Amino acid sequence: MRVNFTVNGRQQEADDVWEGESLLYVLRERMGLPGSKNACEQGECGSCTVRLDGVPVCSCLVAAGQVEGRDVVTVEGLAEFARQRAQHGGCASGACGDDAGKAGRAGTSLQDAQQWQSRPSDSQTGEGDELSPIQQAFIDAGAVQCGFCTPGLLVAADEMLERNPDPSDADIREGLSGNLCRCTGYEKIMDAVRLAAARQSATVPSQGA
Amino acid sequence: MADTRTTGIPFNVTQGSKTKGGIGESTLRPDGTLKVTGEFAYSSDMWHEDMLWGQILRSPVAHAEILSIDTGEALATPGVYAVLTYDDLPTDVKNYGLEIQDTPVLAHGKVRHHGEPVAIVAADHPETARRAAAKIKVEYRELPVITDEASATAPDAILVHEGRDDHHIGHVPHPNIVHRQPIVRGNAEEAAKKADFVVKGEYYFGMQDQAFLGPESGLAVPSEDGGVDLYVATQWLHSDLKQIAPVLGLPEDKVRMTLSGVGGAFGGREDLSMQIHACLLALRTGKPVKIVYNRFESFFGHVHRHPARLYYEHGATKDGKLTHMKCKIVLDGGAYASASPAVVGNASSLSVGPYVIDDVDIEAIALYSNNPPCGAMRGFGAVQACFAYEAQMDKLADKVGMDRVAFRQLNAMEQGTLLPTGQPVDSPAPVAELLRRVQAMPLPMERQWESSEGSDVRQLPGGLSNTTHGEGVVRGVGYAVGIKNVGFSEGFDDYSTAKVRMEVINGEAVATVHTAMAEVGQGGITVHAQIARTELGVGQVTIHPADTQVGSAGSTSASRQTYVTGGAVKNACELVREKVLEIGRRKKGTYHPAWATAELLLEGGKVVTDGGEVLADLVDVLEGEVVELEEEWRHRPTVPFDLVTGQGNGHVQYSFAAHRAVVEVDTELGLVKVIELACAQDVGKALNPLSVVGQIQGGTLQGMGIAVMEEIVVDPKTAKVRNPSFTDYLLPTILDTPTIPVDVLELADDHAPYGLRGIGEAPTLSSTPAVLAAIRNATGLELDRTPVRPEHLTGTGPA
Repeated sequence: MRVNFTVNGRQQEADDVWEGESLLYVLRERMGLPGSKNACEQGECGSCTVRLDGVPVCSCLVAAGQVEGRDVVTVEGLAEFARQRAQHGGCASGACGDDAGKAGRAGTSLQDAQQWQSRPSDSQTGEGDELSPIQQAFIDAGAVQCGFCTPGLLVAADEMLERNPDPSDADIREGLSGNLCRCTGYEKIMDAVRLAAARQSATVPSQGA
Repeated sequence: MADTRTTGIPFNVTQGSKTKGGIGESTLRPDGTLKVTGEFAYSSDMWHEDMLWGQILRSPVAHAEILSIDTGEALATPGVYAVLTYDDLPTDVKNYGLEIQDTPVLAHGKVRHHGEPVAIVAADHPETARRAAAKIKVEYRELPVITDEASATAPDAILVHEGRDDHHIGHVPHPNIVHRQPIVRGNAEEAAKKADFVVKGEYYFGMQDQAFLGPESGLAVPSEDGGVDLYVATQWLHSDLKQIAPVLGLPEDKVRMTLSGVGGAFGGREDLSMQIHACLLALRTGKPVKIVYNRFESFFGHVHRHPARLYYEHGATKDGKLTHMKCKIVLDGGAYASASPAVVGNASSLSVGPYVIDDVDIEAIALYSNNPPCGAMRGFGAVQACFAYEAQMDKLADKVGMDRVAFRQLNAMEQGTLLPTGQPVDSPAPVAELLRRVQAMPLPMERQWESSEGSDVRQLPGGLSNTTHGEGVVRGVGYAVGIKNVGFSEGFDDYSTAKVRMEVINGEAVATVHTAMAEVGQGGITVHAQIARTELGVGQVTIHPADTQVGSAGSTSASRQTYVTGGAVKNACELVREKVLEIGRRKKGTYHPAWATAELLLEGGKVVTDGGEVLADLVDVLEGEVVELEEEWRHRPTVPFDLVTGQGNGHVQYSFAAHRAVVEVDTELGLVKVIELACAQDVGKALNPLSVVGQIQGGTLQGMGIAVMEEIVVDPKTAKVRNPSFTDYLLPTILDTPTIPVDVLELADDHAPYGLRGIGEAPTLSSTPAVLAAIRNATGLELDRTPVRPEHLTGTGPA
């Protein structure tokens, strides 16, 4: 079958989709967006969390056909999504991105995949990379280790902060309880979400008492 | 500037500034941005034009003869390119293994555990491959299963490996025992007579899974020279290579391996998983083949932590001094050896824990059985022992009538204490101090679920299930401490290699560090860049991708990589620095006498004297020259433990951590909530404090997982795995996780680079017994197994 939907603000068309294919498979293997991760493929770990019409879902549990005509935001589009939300005063629809996706090629080529560089100035300041507040906070707080859970956690945390800009620790734990992490012990993830919330509240002009 | 130099006037116009981003700073991960944007390529993200998908058919039974395999229908499926079985293996090398080559690439004649690979398929869509695999017809004749020590060593027991001829066979009492290590020191029988109190205990430690999130996966690409390029997530590229090449019948230089993004490891990627299968399919079809396990397969595709039965006896005088210890530790290694012999060595040599006991009688064995194969996991044999000896310490302290922490401190080892192997602990061993520190941390508030705004059920056992509002909830506090060895022990040549290059790129001095170290999330690449900055005084460091084009780095396990590969990087940098200074002397030596007379350093992009005088810019020294060298680096050698007495300097270094757990238990429903799990650990030197704390918190949580929820459940009648999924194998979520305050102590180990200690594993040891001790403290129950389940707390089910 053919599926038409929007990914990170860009209209996409997937052809020859087998009816059993998940949204996760289509994103990863057909759209060239491997950011959403394939850790359990049964909705238990949250590594594949994306927003479907603004709502966080495990994309492994969504049949590709279900997204016909709908809007998807993945971790690849998160920075642009957050930027537009900040500009336009909140956008939970998932439709605000426009050009963030790199869709059109499949997977990650070997050439693209292998090089990383250590840049102390960049990694200290985030200079040169347009990241959303939650992405920057994950880096700064040391919440990324192996990083496999990170994309799903970022999408979930970003949505939680959109709903609840000033979460208590119990709120954060409840909000992220669908996302497993095996490396961090979650403490630095808590730190990252607190940091993102604090930075956001510092940049949002006070409405006055 | 040039004028100043040509005059020969001393060039000391500025003071050298320390290089930013060096060791001791919490520099951020070089791969962090890629990981938060989704661009970082994990092994399951690899893609190649015209790529096929591989699929493995696994045994549905634990122990059986294979009577026949019919692949005809599978091969005839449209879209299928190859179906391979044992008969298709290209050489006489049909097994692999870390120490004993007893693991079949594909089952031949027999399957020995549930989920063993029997056949492999390559097809153009993963679903096609799965469906084709399901069409392979295998006829099994089931055999009785061996599942414990009794069935393994019964007189008429079927041998799991008939015709074993490995080097351990001469020292084991039964062929179904992989390895046995006794350790005898002093005279436990005699010493026992001095004991005023004796406690005995039998403990069971459940089978834990590494449960790394990134599934086993990789991409094999056939090359024109008949070789293969393999992109894979692993812990040790060169160990994989040594096992893969002979099976493929290729020289090692025709199997080129490159590390792709690793989604966690924890020991579970020490053994091969899909590596050979992907290469075989790629070489057979002439096309790139990608294999990605699903989570179900992942539970069958890697070894687990050894479940263990531990029998302990300790004695103490009425003054609280330990008199003796006897123990027997039975580890279930499952169907294949994997790392079992080394796990036995660790479990036995660390079985007394961080205590002074001169008279011991120890025996550890690992079984062959038809249970899932077990091997390396964070803590590696020391974890199981720590669970048991710490339970014993509490029991004995209670009998003596001493405070449990004070009892431990009274008996704590110190620098110079001999291990039961006779090896002295010749670096700081701050066991009593770590206990003091963890005890000194403020306790979390009582009834923390209550606030001025009412009660928050989320903070109670049972959480949002709303099962209690505090009635029936009791609190307990427990302590534990442990000792873990760092690095590979018992005479293993545990070296690493680093290639370091220095040159000027775009007007800036740049260092490149190339090692084969597997970055599995621990942050090794961050630390390598910090070391290079510190030693070479450059700001910009490029970490070259890990591959087999450089010498071995050894395994990313045993808390060893920062020590050993970090040491190799440091060593290589020092040698590069010498060469750079030689060039400097040649080019600039005439300008200032300090070039010949002073101790020179590279700092902040400049050559400086130890007094801080700047002699030259690195850019000017290096201009037009490239300095590059590759060096191996070794730590102090070790020796194997004597097979009769267990004596020998078998370990490289030790790592110590202590925990205090605070739990709340709903005694009516048997639900446990861990409120806080505080840790104090000696890290020698924190090269990257942020990463150090992250490692300690992660290790602590894995220890908590086995205490209260994690266990692979194997049916004792059929040896089948009952819960191979994230639905049924329970992992701690952020809701299950307590706060984990960490107190880091830095007592340098003079033998190690920068004084550092391996840190990754120690926090996994004491976390588990601390939680158990806290639950016992809350409930008054004995609780001698992990994980603790509700039925153990309510007395409503079997142990």
